[in-house]
Amino acid sequence: MSDATPNGDGAPFLEVRDVYKSYGDKLVLDNIDLTVAKGELCCVIGPSGCGKSTLLRLILGQERVTGGEIRIEGGPVGWPGVDRGVVYQRYSLFPHLTVLENVTLGRRLRCGWLEFRKRRAEFEEEANGYLAEVGLTGHGHKHPHELSGGMQQRVAVAQSLILQPKILLMDEPFGALDPSTREDVQLFLLELWETHGMTIFFVTHDLEEAAFLGSRLLVLSQYYRDDRGVSAERGAKIVSDQRLHAPGTALSTRTKQSDGFSELVARARQAGFDPEHLQHAREFDLAHPDSVQTLTSEEDGRGD
Amino acid sequence: MRAPRLLGLHASPGRGLALLLAAIPFVLIVGGYWMASSARLAENPNDKLLPAFSTMAESMHRLAFTEDKRSGGYVFWQDTLSSLRRLGIGVGLAALVGLAVGLPVGLYPGLRSLLLAVVTFLSIIPPLALLPILFISFGVDELSKVVLIFLGTVFVITRDVYLTTRAIPAEQITKALTLGATHLAVATQVVLPQVLPRLLDTVRLTLGAGWLFLIAAEAIASTDGLGYRIFLMRRYLAMDVILPYVLWITLLGFVLDWTLRTIVARRFGWYEATRT
Ligand SMILES: Nc1ncnc2c1ncn2[C@@H]1O[C@H](COP(=O)(O)OP(=O)(O)OP(=O)(O)O)[C@@H](O)[C@H]1O
Ligand SMILES: [Mg+2]
Repeated sequence: MSDATPNGDGAPFLEVRDVYKSYGDKLVLDNIDLTVAKGELCCVIGPSGCGKSTLLRLILGQERVTGGEIRIEGGPVGWPGVDRGVVYQRYSLFPHLTVLENVTLGRRLRCGWLEFRKRRAEFEEEANGYLAEVGLTGHGHKHPHELSGGMQQRVAVAQSLILQPKILLMDEPFGALDPSTREDVQLFLLELWETHGMTIFFVTHDLEEAAFLGSRLLVLSQYYRDDRGVSAERGAKIVSDQRLHAPGTALSTRTKQSDGFSELVARARQAGFDPEHLQHAREFDLAHPDSVQTLTSEEDGRGD
Repeated sequence: MRAPRLLGLHASPGRGLALLLAAIPFVLIVGGYWMASSARLAENPNDKLLPAFSTMAESMHRLAFTEDKRSGGYVFWQDTLSSLRRLGIGVGLAALVGLAVGLPVGLYPGLRSLLLAVVTFLSIIPPLALLPILFISFGVDELSKVVLIFLGTVFVITRDVYLTTRAIPAEQITKALTLGATHLAVATQVVLPQVLPRLLDTVRLTLGAGWLFLIAAEAIASTDGLGYRIFLMRRYLAMDVILPYVLWITLLGFVLDWTLRTIVARRFGWYEATRT
């Protein structure tokens, strides 16, 4: 499976190749390879502190890789820019702006004061359209602190969508929400994903959320073994990579009760979250057709 | 169960009683002064230490509402105007400079490397120790007083703006970049509006220091101003002027503080609500 080619033509949409990331002496990401096709809703899970947010920040351009490279549509990621949208668990909205101002901010920053003033009505109508789509009609004049957590996250999604980014990166966007609100916004995200055909990179530590939402499920974990010897310092790798359901398929909450679903969750849990269960890097379950893995000769002692 | 009116953890005094309670200490102070003053004046009608309220009113009336023969103005208002102007220019400039330095230094790492160390170092110089230098280099008139107030407050404000800027989460800045912000727009559209209400709060707090430096400078070299008058009157033991002047300074400080606080509450509702 080591040379599976991405679907689509030419360069893969998102390509992460031999990426290492360390903070000081601490190696966090250890030779990560990943290609993601356009339109995928790619969920990433893994134990706390394994480097999920780090991987997301690298793709976003907020931080630099220590080794390897990341490309989007063939070009290097560079610094954060309008081709990538982001929604964090917190701090995605600007507290000093109203909801409507938050959503139109992208337009204002892009076209500058003068033009924004000329086309204000048009942009506000567009923003109101997005607010309607996220079910927040009539809340435009409020400030973020006047909204509930779930509403704030929905505004944050609308805010990121307005410039139509190529990819939306989400870091535990629903992590702070209570279970029923959470389910609502999950369904809402799926709807948006279907109508806009977006590519989404979705980080969560909640396995069920990932398995429910994703069209693809990646497990990132430091719990594995390889041929580098016991004393070698290791960072996290992608230890499992599964296709879940074809992108664009509507899902119901009922899926969560099905046997296939719970089996999938159990396997992912064992692969990524069990410190006792150490698979060899050669034997990772990388069943997704876009999956790539290049091991170094130290990692795979048998050599190629 | 009814809550007690006055005593204990559960007391809820109600609006009327609360006002009454707040008035009590003031009444006691005024009453105590009045008794002590009457007692001393009964013994010696020429006593200067605790003048009667009527004497104070007379003196203030003379200073505030009769034209001064020498200058042709009204001394009290002239003093007030001069002092407020010095304070306003000094602290106002300090706020502007503090913002113009603190925000970019907090936001842009290159500027931080260039300026943070020197700003921190300069901020430790005690401003009053600079007063002789200011008098020597700027003369003893307006400029050196304003510069003293400026120097006495600018560093606190700069450092506070710097810290406020640093406290803005990196996520917000990345977020702005993904929405198409330029490096300049991050400063003007994202950071500046969030720093402004905090700046007003900081100005409120530094006004206290501003008054201190104002009165110190006026005491040493001036021809008018509230601080000048107090120190001038000291020579004549004119407590009937000094006491009302101190009260007036306190009142001005209170009104300034209240005004700034009201502006923050009215214009920056989100700031009041999200402050932890
Ligand atoms: N700026 C940084 N400086 C130093 N170490 C860091 C930094 N950012 C992250 N780390 C370390 O990198 C590791 C991975 O962090 P990261 O935030 O990516 O984990 P995560 O998988 O997102 O965890 P969680 O599920 O708790 O959000 C952690 O051990 C963390 O301590
Ligand atoms: Mg994280």
